[in-house]
Amino acid sequence: MSWTPICPVGALRPESGVCALVDGVQVAVFLTYDGDLYALSNLDPYTGAYVLSRGIVGTRQGEPTVASPLHKQVYSLVTGRCFDDEELSVPVYPVRVGDGGYVEVSLERGIADGGHLKTGLAHASGAAALTASAGG
Amino acid sequence: MNRIVVVGYGPTAHRLVETLTDKGFGGTVTVIGEEPRPAYDRVHLTSYLSGTSAEDLTYEVPAGIVTRLNTRVTGIDRETRQVTLADGGAEPYDVLVLATGSAPFVPPVPGAEHAFVYRTIEDLDAIRTAAKDAAEGVVVGGGLLGLEAADALRALGLKTHIVEMSPWLMPRQVDEGGGSVLKSHIEGLGLAVHAGAGVQEIVHDGEQVTGLRKPDGAVLDAQVVVFSAGIRPRDELARAAGLEVGPRGGIVVDAGMRTSDPAIYAVGECALAGGMVYGLVAPCNTMAEVAADRIMGGSATFDGADLSTKLKLLGVEVAQFGAMEGALDVTYMDPVGGVYKKLFISDDARTLLGGICVGDASPYTQLRPFVGKELPASPSDLLFSGAGANLDLPDEAQVCSCNNVCAGDVRTAIADKGVTDVPGLKSCTRAGTTCGSCVPLLKQLLEKSGVEVSKALCEHFTYSRAELFDIVRVRGITTFSELITRHGTGRGCDICKPAVASILASLHNGHVLEGERATLQDTNDKFLANMQKNGTYSVVPRIPGGEITPDKLIVIGEVARDFGLYTKITGGQRIDLFGATVDQLPEIWRRLVDAGFESGHAYGKALRTVKSCVGSTWCRYGVQDSVGMAIALELRYRGLRSPHKLKSAVSGCARECAEARSKDFGIIATEQGWNLYVGGNGGFKPRHADLLATDLSSEELIRTIDRFLMFYIRTADRLQRTAAWLESLDGGLDYLREVIMEDSLGICADLDAQMEHHIATYADEWAATLDDPEKLSRFVSFVNAPGTPDPSIVFASERGQIKPVMAR
Ligand SMILES: Cc1cc2nc3c(=O)[nH]c(=O)nc-3n(C[C@H](O)[C@H](O)[C@H](O)COP(=O)(O)OP(=O)(O)OC[C@H]3O[C@@H](n4cnc5c(N)ncnc54)[C@H](O)[C@@H]3O)c2cc1C
Ligand code: SF4
Repeated sequence: MSWTPICPVGALRPESGVCALVDGVQVAVFLTYDGDLYALSNLDPYTGAYVLSRGIVGTRQGEPTVASPLHKQVYSLVTGRCFDDEELSVPVYPVRVGDGGYVEVSLERGIADGGHLKTGLAHASGAAALTASAGG
Repeated sequence: MNRIVVVGYGPTAHRLVETLTDKGFGGTVTVIGEEPRPAYDRVHLTSYLSGTSAEDLTYEVPAGIVTRLNTRVTGIDRETRQVTLADGGAEPYDVLVLATGSAPFVPPVPGAEHAFVYRTIEDLDAIRTAAKDAAEGVVVGGGLLGLEAADALRALGLKTHIVEMSPWLMPRQVDEGGGSVLKSHIEGLGLAVHAGAGVQEIVHDGEQVTGLRKPDGAVLDAQVVVFSAGIRPRDELARAAGLEVGPRGGIVVDAGMRTSDPAIYAVGECALAGGMVYGLVAPCNTMAEVAADRIMGGSATFDGADLSTKLKLLGVEVAQFGAMEGALDVTYMDPVGGVYKKLFISDDARTLLGGICVGDASPYTQLRPFVGKELPASPSDLLFSGAGANLDLPDEAQVCSCNNVCAGDVRTAIADKGVTDVPGLKSCTRAGTTCGSCVPLLKQLLEKSGVEVSKALCEHFTYSRAELFDIVRVRGITTFSELITRHGTGRGCDICKPAVASILASLHNGHVLEGERATLQDTNDKFLANMQKNGTYSVVPRIPGGEITPDKLIVIGEVARDFGLYTKITGGQRIDLFGATVDQLPEIWRRLVDAGFESGHAYGKALRTVKSCVGSTWCRYGVQDSVGMAIALELRYRGLRSPHKLKSAVSGCARECAEARSKDFGIIATEQGWNLYVGGNGGFKPRHADLLATDLSSEELIRTIDRFLMFYIRTADRLQRTAAWLESLDGGLDYLREVIMEDSLGICADLDAQMEHHIATYADEWAATLDDPEKLSRFVSFVNAPGTPDPSIVFASERGQIKPVMAR
């Protein structure tokens, strides 16, 4: 898998997102309250606008989510599935904290169209890295 | 059968034509009325003197109805089936409906021609004019309408006397005991009550009234005399046409509202139905509905009506329901508190027959549906301990007498139509839409029906917004994390986060992008701009009151030109610049702030604008400086976060060019000061604001608005505009007045302090953002490629400006 570094992990704020341009693809990267990292496409599939990174991060039944800032559909950060409309989903991308404390994303997806590669490892390392960086 | 002519255009005629229209009547309907305007709300006529305009009182003419106003009908030709008109014309009919109402009774005493009556808008205009040069007034008649007229004279600044023939006031509604409690209330307000007294003559000098002589010879000094000594049905047309009329007046009708001529119906106050003339709107409306049904082939009947009444006169609640006598009665009397309550009961002490209340009308609301039924509890419990509050109503019990809605109808609406709140019940059943006295019962029915009106904000908080507000306020909570850890679950969502952000902002007024707060903000607050459909933003600098110097206007133009922004004038008298990207926002604002602009909060659930008309400074009609007031208010409340957006406007005179009555709080100048209206909005469900207070000084105005806003912010639901909040407020406008003008809850000092805190701590959000590199660092399109333009944002050109192009 090829990884693209996007920013130092310290540039992310808990419970918010940023957008990165990776080979022309807009990727929204989120950091949750628990210190987990997630990456989704920045494209809001309902409106066709590239805005998801600017949505509110929260939880639904414990699952981390982002709400589209335009019409407020809520998407799982884990699977990219929309909670409010079965038809809608957004691609998810692998994300991790790489060497030098940089957040890295990959455009390679586990399942070509389903878009839900579970990035469990990345969250764990993300969380660990954050705890470490907060300590140091 | 396709030409209906209606004579008289009062409230009853209005209900008739409205019902015909609703039922889809296919022929032509012509309404002929002698007054200069379509029907208006006579029940609320008195509000005309306190600022409600004639237009506001007037009902909308249903589509397709032909009206002939200012036209009196002079005769009915039953042979040729046409009515003749005072202007010489005639109008043919297939069906004629007489809705000529009634006229005030003026006793034939010398000088009576110099007195006024109290029935039409023109009557009130005449009284108001006469009151200008008067110091004292007398109202003849101490019934419902007489007391209302007396209150009006008092409000016009006259020392007022009430002369009533009977030994006590309101003899039709209350007994002697109730009358004496009522009298002390009214005397306490400074009115003089002369009960058991008649009128000998109206004393005058040929032009000007100087007093009223009682039969005992004593003269009450007065320059204005108003007769309100009962009404007489206007049956003169019917009488002349040979229709049957009652011995004491009134056009005789059968249960289908038909007169002795089958082609002619009579409805409303002119009709004698079952030997009775009805002088209240509710039965008149029922008659209109029955007649409409009959005309269209139905078989509805009018079977008499409940004459129960509940009103608040001169601040005193008076109510009467059911019978005014019974084998047994139980009385509760508290002369100190000014409360009198009496229940009439059958001889076996089991059946409720009726009741009278003065000073506290709660038994009316709770017990009226039980009239004729078994007493739900012992009379003393019902009167003394307020046990009435929790009774189970039988399905057939009438809940809303104005619109004839039974408990069963309400239950059906809840069970079958899924109605879950009072506004829903209002629109579904009409209950509570006329006088509103049954709203507490509607609430009770909702609660009892087990509708779980969940007040939980979302899955993370089981509290309503108002409850969260109190938790934050009382416990001194300052962060979302603290609140959700201690009082919620999970990590929040797009519903609770902005709501809590707004509460924190209302209470503490820190910067909305400070630390964790930045993550709570809704779409627009997050970047202090309004996100548009393609993910770009629009920018609205504040232009208080809509007043702007040419230099500042030029700056806005230059900024728009240099950044290539689409430019539009808003409805709120300011300028909106569209098409800015996240990275451009700080650059744009740097220029605007340098030129002296501030955030306009167009993005926030906060005060938006205070519009103004040009006012007395320039306008030849203006009576106050509306621009100056609008600017003062906008600067006072700028940045105030609230459950929903807040809009306001100030008009310099009653012509209302600023459309203040469509605003959350609207101000209209008067000769003496300012009238304050609250709870209006435009939008999806328009609502005119209600008159809260009249002739306020500038200081009083500002203090009242301060409290109104803070009370709203404290108690409203999330995203509840003031209009919906006011509609759902228990006790409505009266209650609001008590809380914020009479301090009935003892919270005014608190509300004032909260507003002072807001004003003292206000700072421009955009200036503060530009000064803070941490906050500014959020304003990038791409974290890994700052400065790279967003390739998804594409514009085309239209009418010389940009417009967004969506990829699909
Ligand atoms: C100040 C005031 C307060 C009131 N408060 C209450 C209250 O709190 N509760 C309550 O239930 N009721 C109240 N009422 C009574 C209520 O207003 C009446 O019951 C209601 O107006 C009756 O309506 P109507 O259409 O039958 O008659 P009206 O309102 O009298 O209308 C009849 C219309 O017909 C017109 N007309 C008559 N003859 C002719 C003709 N020959 N040609 C053309 N036009 C003609 C008249 O000009 C009039 O406009 C109040 C009334 C007043 C005046
Ligand atoms: S509301 Fe009155 S003062 Fe204001 S512009 Fe209109 S007419 Fe003039």
